Amino acid sequence: MHFPKRWLAGALLAVFALLPACNTTGGAGGGGTGGGGGRGNVVTGDTIPIGSYLSMTGSEADFGKQTNEGLSLAVDQINGSGGVKGKKIAIHLENDEGDPAKAASAVTKLITNDKVVAVVGEVASSLSLAAAPICQSNHVPMVTPSSTNVKVTQVGDYIFRVCFIDPFQAYVVAKFAHDNLKVNNAAIFVQNDSAYSKDFGEEFKKNFTQMGGTIVAEAAYAGTDTDFKGQLTKIQAARPEAILVPGYYKSVGAIAKQARELGITVPLLGGDGWDSQDIFVTAGNALEGCYFSDHMAVDQPDPTVQAFVSAYQKKYGGKPGALAALGYDAMNILADAMKRADSLDGPAIRDALAHTQNFKGVTGTITINSERNAEKPAVILQIRGREFKYVTTIQHP
Amino acid sequence: MGQSLQLFLQQLINGIELGSVYALIAVGYTMVYGVLKFINFAHGDVYMVGAFMGLFVVTGFAAASVDRQAMVIVLAMILLVTFLVSLRGHGRDPKRLAARIVGFGLILALLGPLVNALLAFGTRMMGGLTAAAQRSVLTGGLLALLVCIVWCALLGVLIERAAYKPIRSAGRLTALITAIGVSLLLENGGQAVFGANPRAYSLATLPGGQQLIGASLNLHLGSVALSVNRGQMIVLVAAIVLVAALLYIVQKTRLGKAMRAVAFDREAAALMGINTDTVIAFTFFLGSALAGAAGFLNYGLTQFSFDTLTGVMFGLKAFVAAVLGGIGNLGGAVLGGVIMGVAETFVAGSPFSSYKDAIAFVILIAILLFRPAGLLGRFTVEKV
Repeated sequence: MHFPKRWLAGALLAVFALLPACNTTGGAGGGGTGGGGGRGNVVTGDTIPIGSYLSMTGSEADFGKQTNEGLSLAVDQINGSGGVKGKKIAIHLENDEGDPAKAASAVTKLITNDKVVAVVGEVASSLSLAAAPICQSNHVPMVTPSSTNVKVTQVGDYIFRVCFIDPFQAYVVAKFAHDNLKVNNAAIFVQNDSAYSKDFGEEFKKNFTQMGGTIVAEAAYAGTDTDFKGQLTKIQAARPEAILVPGYYKSVGAIAKQARELGITVPLLGGDGWDSQDIFVTAGNALEGCYFSDHMAVDQPDPTVQAFVSAYQKKYGGKPGALAALGYDAMNILADAMKRADSLDGPAIRDALAHTQNFKGVTGTITINSERNAEKPAVILQIRGREFKYVTTIQHP
Repeated sequence: MGQSLQLFLQQLINGIELGSVYALIAVGYTMVYGVLKFINFAHGDVYMVGAFMGLFVVTGFAAASVDRQAMVIVLAMILLVTFLVSLRGHGRDPKRLAARIVGFGLILALLGPLVNALLAFGTRMMGGLTAAAQRSVLTGGLLALLVCIVWCALLGVLIERAAYKPIRSAGRLTALITAIGVSLLLENGGQAVFGANPRAYSLATLPGGQQLIGASLNLHLGSVALSVNRGQMIVLVAAIVLVAALLYIVQKTRLGKAMRAVAFDREAAALMGINTDTVIAFTFFLGSALAGAAGFLNYGLTQFSFDTLTGVMFGLKAFVAAVLGGIGNLGGAVLGGVIMGVAETFVAGSPFSSYKDAIAFVILIAILLFRPAGLLGRFTVEKV
């Protein structure tokens, strides 16, 4: 749902943002770990300045707000229990308005003006990709809480993430469909103008057929579409036992509703793009009983999760979403690394982050691997009565 | 064999139903082109407004979640443009200028309370309509249809009077660019006021709605059993009735005759005593009424989910449908709409579903290359 002109402008900006990214990737690959000559920023005062850049306004404002709440809660708790190396953490928040160009300038300001030693952000992969090269070239470690696109951490050795990556999510859904739901024939319905959705579909197909399943129908839609009956009628004729719709909540709701109107009764499956209460605005009750993979479940019977949920409820009221949990984990992993680091400068924090092992976060036990990605489990949620209910946890293979 | 025939027929019905929605919008493009020889690019957004009006009647004005501040800013900008436009010509007279500045200043200063009063009035009026709509699906559906038709028809006339009439003598290119401006205003102004989140409503949520449109209609054609969604059938039937009513008005009434006369030769019609301003306004009235009806029918009965940019793609495709049928030709617009809908649905149901939007533009290019006047259009040499 983007007006063509805006979309074009966005694409151009993304291209420009990626140009320096390519250069830096090459440089970092040659330099190995260590981080070249620079030391990044060094803590000099009584507080540790940490930067965060998020979309606090614009169409993704809810993502930014949620992440910031989780992040602030973590900072409160860390500072409340004595801070890091006797110093309190001070967050410098910049609003990038969901605009890749503004994300890049926000991070530049954080690093050169506010002298932050590390950066947390963004949610959308396109924004993380715009800012990551700047962190990389300044030797300031960046931890993205929820950018799942594989390319983000490939920017360089200073870029980390605490969420899982897209291929893993597709594996999780394929495994759940095959092992738990006993589905043999599945259909795939992807959004063809979203890299997230298309890659999800591809990876699902690969994993599901390896497990012995069959893909009986494949179809695609565009993000601006409102009519899905042609594709759904074709999918219906192929008689699948489940349909993978790895899109965003906006389209998925309408797809579910039209599928039910056409008499398709099999469950729909999806990923974390479904995670928004707004999905019920368009879906109504059409998604009852459907499943999707996500980062965290608020009703998960895990003491770490429950402690986080009650702390969040106490501070903000209401239940935390997955993005708040990831913001919380990102800050805690960063603080944990700073505690273990030899000194509070870029390369030392980077090295400590890279050695994160079995960190007990609210989104699962996290180990940072050699590609600076998080190895962790995912949860499967079911939609029941307009709520997301925890079904099971699927481990990293 | 039986199964593939069934799939074919099912897709054909999907396509014709989608095409009937395109046709309802396309007739508006074609009629305006007929009388004014320009493309009203804001027409697709009138369709979007129809969808929103249906939402308000069926689920209540609370679903609007209006951003009051954005509404004040948008209205203030419209006023400012109106003010600047009004400065042309006789704006040099200092007394009149001062009066204008004071007038606009007063309206601007009172804009906040004015918007509040307007919203309060809208909420009260919509509250009554929604309460009536909640009685039964039949009352609700007809009431919403009527509200959408009337509101969008008036909006169409307002757009014509406010944006197109003042520049009518300035040439077609000016009008075209103004139309794009009005379109952007409706899309982005709408997004500022109502937000970017998608909305959805369904007539099935009204009492009795589940029985009327939720269930499928089972048809038996020889050995083939078809199960057709009733919501789709209602859209199709309603579209046929509306187009028939339009054809009756254009062919049989005095205003319709005047409209055809203006389309044939505006100046000659004026010389014969036809009030061309009224006829042009009436053309916008009719076209916008059908677009509003299309917006309501499509989202209330079969597609459900829309946002403020919904009219962009739908309007573009309906425009292609009008060109395909022969722009300026009513029957051509209907034919073009149905062809577009069927083509799109069959591509969507093929292994090449990614290209279902591309088909509209492939058709447009093919038509422009091989039959520039459209399927039912007549190629005429333009007299200079």
